[in-house]
This record gives sequence, C-alpha cells and structure tokens, in this order.
Amino acid sequence: MSAPSLRTLALSAAALLIGGYALAFFWAPLEAEGFIQKIFYLHVPLAIVALLGFVVAAIHAIRHLRTEDPIHDARSYVSIHLSVIFGTGALITGALWAKGQWGVWWEWREPTLVSFLIIFLLYATYYPLRYSIPERDRQARYASVFAITAGAFVPLNFLAVRLAEPFIHPRTFSSTGGLPGEMLVAFLVCLAGMALLWVSLVRFELGAKGASGDLAKLRRALLPSEAPPPAPRRAVAPAAVSTMSADQGKGS
Amino acid sequence: MDAYRALLGKDLRVELRTLRSLPAMALFAVTIFVVFRFGLDRTGLEGELAAGVLVVTLLFASILAINRLFVAERDEGGFELVRLAPVDRTVLFAAKASALLAYLVVLELVAVPVFALFFLDSAAALPPLVPVLLLADIGLALIGTLISTIATMSTARDLLAPLILLPLMVPLVIAAAGAAEPVLRAGGPEYERFGTWLAVLGLYDGVFALVGYAVFDYLLED
Amino acid sequence: MEPLLALEQSEGYVAGAYLAFAALLLIYVAIMAAKLQRIQRELRELADVADEPAGRPKRKAGRASRAQRREMEAARREAQR
Repeated sequence: MSAPSLRTLALSAAALLIGGYALAFFWAPLEAEGFIQKIFYLHVPLAIVALLGFVVAAIHAIRHLRTEDPIHDARSYVSIHLSVIFGTGALITGALWAKGQWGVWWEWREPTLVSFLIIFLLYATYYPLRYSIPERDRQARYASVFAITAGAFVPLNFLAVRLAEPFIHPRTFSSTGGLPGEMLVAFLVCLAGMALLWVSLVRFELGAKGASGDLAKLRRALLPSEAPPPAPRRAVAPAAVSTMSADQGKGS
Repeated sequence: MDAYRALLGKDLRVELRTLRSLPAMALFAVTIFVVFRFGLDRTGLEGELAAGVLVVTLLFASILAINRLFVAERDEGGFELVRLAPVDRTVLFAAKASALLAYLVVLELVAVPVFALFFLDSAAALPPLVPVLLLADIGLALIGTLISTIATMSTARDLLAPLILLPLMVPLVIAAAGAAEPVLRAGGPEYERFGTWLAVLGLYDGVFALVGYAVFDYLLED
Repeated sequence: MEPLLALEQSEGYVAGAYLAFAALLLIYVAIMAAKLQRIQRELRELADVADEPAGRPKRKAGRASRAQRREMEAARREAQR
C-alpha cells in the first residue's frame, strides 16, 4: 500500500478547505443566531481534528511500545505537536465565537471549550516531561506511555465535562444535532479538509525531522573529531530517526 | 499473588513504622480546611461549596502521597529488585496502587469527620459519601501510581507529577463533587444523578486500571 | 470616506476567527521554513567538507551559478569514478 505523496495531500487539503469555506459562506443558509454562526465551520473541525489527532498519537505510541521502532515515537510526537496547535486554534476561535455570540471571552458552560482547556493543559506537560528525561530510549518510552494515558483520558474528560452541565444548556455550540442539509454538507467538507491539513502538516514536520536526523548522521560521519554542535533545544529522540523520507510518515 | 502480598505488606509495614506520609497528609488536609474557612469567609458549608472544598482538599492531599510513593524504590534500588525478580512487573503496579488506596482511605477516615465537625450541621451526609469517595480513591490511586512512576524517572519529578496529575484528575473532581453536592445539601442528603456520577467514576477506574495494567511493564524496562 | 466593507460587530469576530486560523498556519509555516533554512545551511557546510579531501577547491560563499554548479557536480562524479 503506497501512501499518497505529501503534495497530493496538501493540494487535496487546500481544495477541500477552500471548497468547504466557499460552501459555508455562499451556499449554507444563515442560522437563527446570525452571521456569527459561520465560525462553527472553523471551530468545530479544528476541535474534532485535534481530538482525533491525540487519539492517533496514542495509537502510534502503542505501536512504538510494541515494536520499539523510533519512527512510531516520532509520529506520536509530531501528532501531539500538531494537535496541540490545532487545539490552540480551537480555543482561540471558540473564545471569539463566545465573544461574538454572547459577549464574553470565556464561557464555563460551553463543554467543548472547557474540555479543550483541560486537554490542552494536560498535553502541554508532554514537553516538560520529554525534556526532563535525558536518556533517549527511556524518554521515548515514557512519552509513549503518556500519550496512551492521555489518549484514553480524552473521551473520559469529554464525558465528564459534558455531564457537568445541567441538562438544559442554553449556551452551547452544539449545532450538529439537526443540521439542515446544506450546512451539514459544508461542514463535512470543511472537516475533511481540516483532517487532510492535519495529515499534511504531520507528514511535513516528520520530513523535516527526518532530514535533521540524517544531517546529524552525516555530520558525525564527516566530522568525527568535531565536538557535536550545541544541541538544539529539542534534544528529543525523534531527531534520531534518520531514515525517514517525506514520503513515509502516516501512510503505512 | 505472593509477590503482590509481599510488596503491599512491605509498603504498609514501612509506612506504619516510619509514618512518613500519613500524618503529613492528614495534617495537610485539616490545615487546608482552616485555610478554606478563612479564604471563603464561611463557618458552615453545604451543597456545592461543601462538595468542592472536600474533594479539592482530598485531591491535594493525595498529591502529597503520590509524590512520595516511590521514594524508597528510588533511593534503595527497589526497581532493580522487581526487574530482576521472576515476577510479572505489573504486580508492582497493583501493590503500589493498593498501598496508595490504603493511604487515601486512612486519610479520609480522619479528614472527613474533621470536615463534618468544622463545616457540616449533621453527620447524616457522611454514609452516602462512602461509595463516592471510595470510587474516587481508586481512580486517584491508579492514576497516581502511573504518573508517579513516570515522574520518578524524570529530573523534575516533584514539579512534573502534580502538573500532569491535576488535569487527569479533573473528571474525578467533576464526578465526585457532582455526586457529593446534592448529598451535602442543608436539608439532608439528596441523590441527584448519583448513579450517573458513580458510573462515571467506575468507568474512569476501569479505563485506567486497564491502561496501567497494559503499560506499566514498559515503564520499568531498563 | 466609508470603509468598503462596513462590518457589523459579529462579522468582525468571524473575520477575526478565520484570520487567527490563517495566522496560526502561516506562523507554523514560517517556523518550519526557518528550520529548513538551517538544514540547508548545514548541508552546504557538510558538502564543502566533503569536497576538501578530494582536493577540490572549497566552494566560495554565496551560491554558484547554475552552470557552475552543474560543472562542479559533473567534475565530482568524474572524480568518484
């Protein structure tokens, strides 16, 4: 099974996103809440893709523990990295939506926002954890355990936060129940585009990491006597994965 | 099974003899109650505030125990012992989690009556709290043991463990406080969504028991 | 003079959200670009090091023209054969 190339992925992502947002703005009907509802097509896909990304990271972590192949650790690391970025986007767009719709920058009664805050706080500890364990193999293994634990945590957290709200919640973004046809189509296209964007960026970053690793290898081979260059701030195991090319990555 | 009993017995015996963690935890909890009395400027608590103060205090006290859970293993080579012994390493996970659970239960045996003494009108609310706290303790013990093991091997362990633990404990706080709130109402214990919250706690415990069982081995590898 | 698109308040927030998304994306790309530039630079340094033992003149700083680079590549391949 050959994975689609990064170029195909990126172009498809761009096409779907542009198409999706065109549909959202020019085709989907205006909701009762008004124009502000259009943020829905941005905020919700960001949130869903970030969450799926955390789960994907957990799956890569499981493979890493089983096979001890550092490439799975690299994939897990990059997946978490990009999901944290997408999650930040979800929080920012969520705050803007809250401000536009209800006049407040933050709303505790909005389960998505609150869950995301908690998840963000959790995954933000991933980096201090990695940096604080100097031995490469152990660092990668512990990071994988963290990714698995956190991945199991994500759905539990959502459930608990959702339940914390009284059954009648006047303030939610949950428009997915009972979406008219055009809105659903536009939403799904945006969601697909966002997902492909995530995959493209993961591949992209994995490629860069692979190149870095190869470079380090070359350097050691050509300049064996030279003291290693000042370690980049990210002295993490994924840099050791040297044989990846941009064409590999999530595909397998 | 023998290994489990041996490890658990050792931990409990050491704690009983040295009283390293338990008195500190109990004192900590009681002191936090006093701080809350002044921080919230209230002499009586009920409903949401009571549930919140109780659950949060237990949470912070548990972090004390979790930070110190593997001190002996770290200082005296306990990990090597388990690695070398022909035992399933998961046994260490079960034993440590059980020990932590025991500490939490003992803590609550002291802290909860003190809480009732300080803030509640009657002790009628206490019995329904037992299943809630027990299930929450199991969750705390499981996740605490797991994260404590991770943090043990890092250089910033005292800082890292609470940082990772607190977000992970949020569902426990939500469910335990959610169940406790109606129970602690002024007019007498009520049971709103009690079953739901217990189910959430049970689910949490189940998930992390499985996760811990599955991954603990990898944490102990060299 | 009136702005071209007199946005209502809610429309401002929508625009803001989409702009924030675009900004996030572009910042990410910029950071990755910086990383790639560093990789290119180091690669070039290593290529220079690889040239030295073969007695080839060290490539001067600044990019050689395409014709020059093709020439050097051909010469390098010749030397390896």
